[in-house]
Parts: sequence; C-alpha cells; structure tokens
Amino acid sequence: MAGLSIDRGGARHPLIELSLGRLREFAREPEAVFWSFIFPILMSVTMALAFPGGGNKPAIVGIPQGAGAAAIREALARDPAVTVRDVPAGGEERALREGDVHLLVVPTAPPTYRFDPDRAESRVARLLVDAALKRAAGTADPWTAREEPVQLPGSRYVDWLIPGIVGLSVMGNGLWGVGFPIVQARMRNLLKRLVASPMRKREYLLAQIIGRLIVLTPEAGAPLVFGVLVLGMPIRGSIAAICLVCLVGAFSFGGLGLLLASRVRTFEAISGLMNLSTVPMWVLSGVFFSATNFPQSMQPLIQALPLTALINALRAVILEGTTLIGVARELAILAAWGLGSFATALAIFRWR
Amino acid sequence: MIGVRCINLAKRYDDVVAVDGLSFIVNRGECFGLLGPNGAGKTTTIEILEGLLEPDAGEVEVLGLTWKQHHRELRQRLGVQLQETQLGDKLTVEETLRLFRSFYHRGRTLDELLRIVELESKRRSWVGKLSGGQKQRLAVACALAGDPDLLFLDEPTTGLDPQSRRQLWALLSHFRQQGGTILLTTHYMDEAETLCDRVAIVDHGKVIAEGPPPELIATLGAPKVVTHQGTLEDVFVALTGRHLREE
Ligand SMILES: Nc1ncnc2c1ncn2[C@@H]1O[C@H](COP(=O)(O)OP(=O)(O)O)[C@@H](O)[C@H]1O
Ligand SMILES: [Mg+2]
Repeated sequence: MAGLSIDRGGARHPLIELSLGRLREFAREPEAVFWSFIFPILMSVTMALAFPGGGNKPAIVGIPQGAGAAAIREALARDPAVTVRDVPAGGEERALREGDVHLLVVPTAPPTYRFDPDRAESRVARLLVDAALKRAAGTADPWTAREEPVQLPGSRYVDWLIPGIVGLSVMGNGLWGVGFPIVQARMRNLLKRLVASPMRKREYLLAQIIGRLIVLTPEAGAPLVFGVLVLGMPIRGSIAAICLVCLVGAFSFGGLGLLLASRVRTFEAISGLMNLSTVPMWVLSGVFFSATNFPQSMQPLIQALPLTALINALRAVILEGTTLIGVARELAILAAWGLGSFATALAIFRWR
Repeated sequence: MIGVRCINLAKRYDDVVAVDGLSFIVNRGECFGLLGPNGAGKTTTIEILEGLLEPDAGEVEVLGLTWKQHHRELRQRLGVQLQETQLGDKLTVEETLRLFRSFYHRGRTLDELLRIVELESKRRSWVGKLSGGQKQRLAVACALAGDPDLLFLDEPTTGLDPQSRRQLWALLSHFRQQGGTILLTTHYMDEAETLCDRVAIVDHGKVIAEGPPPELIATLGAPKVVTHQGTLEDVFVALTGRHLREE
C-alpha cells in the first residue's frame, strides 16, 4: 500500500496548484483586472445615460416656415407631450435624418406629416401631433379614457439591460480570460514543457476554467451591485441562483475559450476567432434589445446560443424571481456548450 | 544498465531531413553529450527521446521502457529542460517550483531544490525579474523536482555568461555524483569536454563520431595539433572541414 502514497513535497494537488497559478497571474496583471471590472460598469453607466427611463420623453417636432406655421406651433405648445424645435429653413431633411426632430409638420391644409415610419419615436410623435391638432381644430374626442399610470420597478430599460451586461461580461471574461493565456503559454513553449512533465492534460485545461470561475464572482457582481445601489434595480430571485447561473455560464464560455485557443499560436489568430464567435452573439442574443425581435425562423438558432441562454436565465432569475428549476433549460444549454467544448478541446489541443 | 538506447532514428519535416538514421546508447550513471552545430538535429533527437515527438522510423528505449507502454511511469522518472521555454513571468520562483513539484509523486522538497540551484534568496522574486543564469537554474530545478533517474538537457548553457555556465556545470556534476544519468546537447566543445563521459558528434542528422572526448581527440594524431592542445573542435573540423560554430 505504501506505493500508493503520494509525496508532493509540500505542494498541493496539481489541479489546485495549476488553478492558483492561473489566478495569481491574472491578479498580477493590473490592466486585465481593471478592464474586467470597470468595462461592464462603464457600459452600464453609458447605457443608463443614453436611455433614461422609457416612455415620458416628449416627441420633438419641427415646423418648417410657411403660412399657418404659427397656428400649428400654438396648438402644439399646449400639449406637454410635444416639444417644438425650430428648424432652420432648408435644414428640415437634415434635422429629420439626424434625429434632431422626430417629425416634421408642414403647414399645409390639412397639415402634412413627414417622418420615417420605421422609427418608433416618429410614429409616436405622429399620433401625438395628430391628436393635438385635431383637438385644436375642434374635433371632439369620442371619449376620454381613464389613465392609470403604474411605475413597475424592474420594468425600466436599464433594469432589463443590466443582466444583459452581466452576461456580456461573463462571456468576454470567460473567452478572453481563458483563451489568451493559453495562446501565450503555447508561444512561450510553456505548454510543451508542461507536457514533458507528468502533468495530466485534462487537469491543466480544467484549471484554466477554474482559475476564471474564482475571479468571476467579483466580475459579474460589479455590474449587479452597481445596478442595485446606483440604479435601484430590483433583485427578485435568490443570490444563490444568480451565482449558480453565472458559474454555469462561465464554465460554458471558459470551455469555449479553451476550444478557440486549442490550436492557434498567434494573438492575431485568437483575436480573430474570439471576435468571429462573440460578435454574432452581441447582436443576436438580446443584450441591448430583445432577441424576440428577430424573425421566427432564426429563433431556434438564437435560443441555442450560449449567450442567449445565459442572458435569458439571468433576466428570469433577477427580474422575475424565477427559481433554478424554471431556468433548467437554459442551464442545460450552457452546460452542453461547456462540456462539448471542453471534450473537443481536450481531443484536438495542440500542446506545442 | 542502459539509460537510453536509440536505433536508426529518422525524422523529416516536409523537405528537411532533421534526423537521418541516428543510433547511440547512453549507459546509466554517465553523462552523454550530443555535440553538433546549429541545425544538426540535436533538438529533434532529444525531443523524440523525451517522448514529445514521434519519430518517422527507429526504436527508442528509455530506462529500459518504451514510450508506448510506459508513458506515465517514464514521465515520473525523467527530468526535462527544453531549449526554449519561458516560464510564467508573473509567478515567483517558489510558486513555479511548487507547481512542477506537484506533478510528481515523489521527489525533493522545495527547500532542497532551492538550495541545490542556489535560488533560496530569490524564492519570492518573480521569474520575469531573474537574470538569464537564474532562469536557467530554475528550469533545471523544475527538471529535478521529481528526483529523476535521467535528465535531458537541451543546450543548457547557451547564451549564459561564463560564471553562470560554471555554476550550472557544478550543479550538473553534483547530480552525476549522486548517480544520475544525463543526456545533454550542446554546440560548445568545452562544455562537452568538461561534463561528458562520452559524446556523439552529430552533423546533418547523423552520428559522425562517438567516444570519450580524450579518445576522439587522440584519433587526430599528433601532427595535426601543433600549436595547442587538441579539442573536440579540432575533431569536428577534421571530420567535416567546417567549424562547430560558424562565425
Ligand atoms: N518544426 C520544424 N519544422 C520544420 N523544420 C524543422 C522543425 N524543427 C526543426 N527543423 C529543421 O530540422 C533541422 C534540425 O533542427 P534541430 O533538431 O532543431 O537542430 P539543432 O537542435 O541541432 O540545432 C534544421 O534544419 C531545422 O531547420
Ligand atoms: Mg537545438
């Protein structure tokens, strides 16, 4: 039995030593630490400023010069939901195109509305202006609906956005944080040196992911804490469920990072592969606007993407208080990506 | 007892024949050197013996075992230093050594290793901050972590200053005295003469001469060496008409 006892001369299990090594190297890279924490917060702030609360922005309307312009201006001035902005003569088209005004009301009789029907705010402006002008012209409203304004915490755009940014952060840090150091180790011949020792290959690969999982808590936590403390975002689900979703997500993207880094030996190549795989998810996975906006035929593909699964699960848990069982499908998608990538990476990995 | 036996090794890269039917035997307890100019095929040969490269043809036996059947056991019993490895810059000497030590099921303690390679005072320094000689001693310490029976060293002192070289030589002689076996490659004749019991002179992927350095030098005969004592460099020149290190 003595033959089975292992003497590591004061070192811990290789999986622990490898994971610690990865963690230390990350922590000793001040720039990497800075960006992985600050970037998601910067992004949240920017988006919160760019899209302050949704519906109560006034419609901005431009009125070109002409007889009757003054009457229209006076009629619209009475409506608090409409703001009239002066447009220099000849600059109407430009103002419309740049979004300076949402709608141009040309003072003809009856008035002419010029706007881009593809823009939601332009369509809203058209409805508001039309109602206001008809009221001013003495057209009686058939009835006046009773309005019940409801402020739902968690229904604001920023509340919806923050989980998306957490998802982006988990994806970016998982992919880059795992992929880049591997390519670097390969370029330095370090991988070859490691496989010349009795190190187990799968332990090395697993440690690259574990090293990231440990850093993940503060990384994903940063935008969440910012959202709760600064933006008043509600958290309806349990913290444990959020952590678990993040961990499974990080495992998924860590595995993908391994896979992308499994053969390449230049930073250019790994950057290209990373961009190639992340950019479609930035667009399709519903970070900034709902993924359901894409056509039905694309939905099976979109729903199978790991970032979609991660963000959907995060939104469900954070905003709707869904339990882990409720997001089991998303977790399964993430785990499948992680395990599949890990197994493929282990099989095709280039150690020299 | 045999440390390494290789017979008719061959390896080609696309259009380059790197190793061309190479054979030699390293006995247990001896220091054997592959001496040859750049591009002779030394690294390719030693990496095949280390189980890192698959030969196109030929047989390899290390410590009486084969890579196919005894991969895991061999990894535990060998120490390897590669020609060009940069260990992680942002880990300390101690952390790096501990990492390598963790892979082995038996071997020396970290303190012993640090003492052997004289890096005790640097144990908390980042690897990136070490001098070339210190980095190379750390690489050798990593190779010694599992208390190997056989040490493979690929150009262990290339690029080092004279003092660092002598420090490394002393370290390797010590390993020899403890009964260890060494296979090293070098293009420095003085290194081969100082450290090696026997050398194989390699050129264009073939062994062109083999034996203890004094015997190889003696084969030159008296007339050729007039102005100075003969060296392995003279042997190489006599055999190929070229110098080991093209100026
Ligand atoms: N990965 C490789 N791809 C192509 N050619 C190689 C490769 N590695 C080595 N060679 C070539 O094989 C020959 C032997 O190289 P090497 O074994 O590194 O020699 P040495 O270590 O004696 O300098 C050289 O001509 C070298 O250019
Ligand atoms: Mg070489």
